[in-house]
Amino acid sequence: MNAIETKGLVKKFGDFAAVAGINLEIKEGELFGLLGPNGAGKTTTISMLSTILKPSSGSASVWGKDLLHDKDSVRKSIGIVFQDPSLDDELTGRENLDFHGRMYAMEPGLIHERIAEVLKLVELESKADALVKTYSGGMKRRLEIARGLMHKPKILFLDEPTIGLDPQTRRNLWEYIRNFNKKDGITIILTTHYMEEADFLCDRIAIIDHGKIIALDTPEKLKEVLGGDIITVESTDSNALKKLLEGQVFVKETKLFDEHLNVSVDNGGKALPKLIELAQKNKITVDSAVLKRPSLEDVFIHYTGRTIREEEASDKDKARMQVKVGGFRR
Amino acid sequence: MEFNAIYIMWLREMKRFFRAKSRIIGNLSMPFIWLVIMGIGLSSSFSIPGVKFDYLAFIAPGVIGMTLLFSSIFSGISVIWEKQFGFLKEILVAPVSRTSIVLGKIFGSATISFINGVLIMIIAILIGSISIASLSVFSILLAIIFMILICLAFVSVGIAIASRLNNMEGFQMIMSFLVMPTFFLSGAFIPLQNAPLWMGTIAMFDPLLYGVDGLRGVFLGVSQFPIAIDLGVLAGFCVAMILLSSYLFRRMGE
Repeated sequence: MNAIETKGLVKKFGDFAAVAGINLEIKEGELFGLLGPNGAGKTTTISMLSTILKPSSGSASVWGKDLLHDKDSVRKSIGIVFQDPSLDDELTGRENLDFHGRMYAMEPGLIHERIAEVLKLVELESKADALVKTYSGGMKRRLEIARGLMHKPKILFLDEPTIGLDPQTRRNLWEYIRNFNKKDGITIILTTHYMEEADFLCDRIAIIDHGKIIALDTPEKLKEVLGGDIITVESTDSNALKKLLEGQVFVKETKLFDEHLNVSVDNGGKALPKLIELAQKNKITVDSAVLKRPSLEDVFIHYTGRTIREEEASDKDKARMQVKVGGFRR
Repeated sequence: MEFNAIYIMWLREMKRFFRAKSRIIGNLSMPFIWLVIMGIGLSSSFSIPGVKFDYLAFIAPGVIGMTLLFSSIFSGISVIWEKQFGFLKEILVAPVSRTSIVLGKIFGSATISFINGVLIMIIAILIGSISIASLSVFSILLAIIFMILICLAFVSVGIAIASRLNNMEGFQMIMSFLVMPTFFLSGAFIPLQNAPLWMGTIAMFDPLLYGVDGLRGVFLGVSQFPIAIDLGVLAGFCVAMILLSSYLFRRMGE
């Protein structure tokens, strides 16, 4: 059985299609990544799959249940960690988990048992009875993940799980996430705009841009598409260099960007000296040449012609920051 | 309908309320100041033609009504915050019907503003604004019913507004065009019997008027309408608002 299947899923806000027709088949037990820049439609997709947003058109099934007509069954089979914090920080960690358990109609005895289990899982036992507002960012994130796991969901959605966390905490979270998937067999769908996160964690990745999936495969296969290594060359005359290299046997492909030239080769170590020698013979100055194994970043550039980068904070982000700084509460 | 879910939503509101001691004091300071400064300050220079009680006694039901109105509407509108910045999403993905969620929220918020109202009522009794002679088991029971209806109705109004708004930008408009007129036209501080006809007529459409008038009937024995009418209008408004807020809340996000 597929854990998730979508057919032509679309979400429009007015004229703007945030998600413009997504077809997905995510297998049971998979750790699946949705990778794309901010505003690509990742969160909107997750919001629809978790029943928060109603799709404008298309259909989907989650754990065999119809997304549009059997919302309650869908809700019971999924757990979700949202991009924005969604804990009640005037309650303790334990109370947040208890609230969750009761909302999911769990038996009081079972709630008690599961709270102990999930707290242990994310190593928050010692802070369980402290108010959430005293937690650090990483602890809050872990508590949210624990909460998402409380009712033993079949599928766990993680929307940008490590955004805003320090590298150390991020690494730890990756380990947790991997364990839930590999040891407990929970199907996990995560969104991220961090290449290394997707590369490290995911079995398969869908690269999403402007609301559409532009590539979908395992990280290895995605990178293979680029073929071998990439030499990034900065030169005073990139055009001439490009022409020169295109005829060479050791060069597979060249791609010109504003400030540099990307040269795909099979064996970067051998190709680099050849390239520089060739350039010198033809009186083309090479300012710098960098050799690297292709990363998902390069895959993204290959498909979109752009780099993934954090765009300017949107209005909502700004408002969010103001609220956090101003500390407005009722 | 899931009673367990309604209960846990209610319980959460209670925990948050009793944990924030400063908020309780903050909630009570405004009505307390009104009661003491306006009530005592004006009662020596104000007399209401044709009635035997003073201004301090007159505004006690008004101050209770005001407390209930403000705290109910604001806690209903606070759903916007939960919607924009977090916790509501956690509630919305739970396998619980939207109706149960909205009822849990209404009951929780209404309980809190009811507690605020009761505290103000006690203060009013202590400073002599409500005379102990007017109190009986029956009158207290009746006052409680009026207070509960006011809370349920205006929390629902707040939630209905919050279901339609996505940010706090419209908040000032709501204050100016909804909350303040509702408050002033309710006769909380102004005896409307002697007001110009146009004002009195507009005030007839103010649901809070019937709440304040009912409370005045209970505590002072003098009211514009018979208590049964007050009770009927208020109960009808209350049911209508609960239905409206549930309807709008269910349609949210579609």
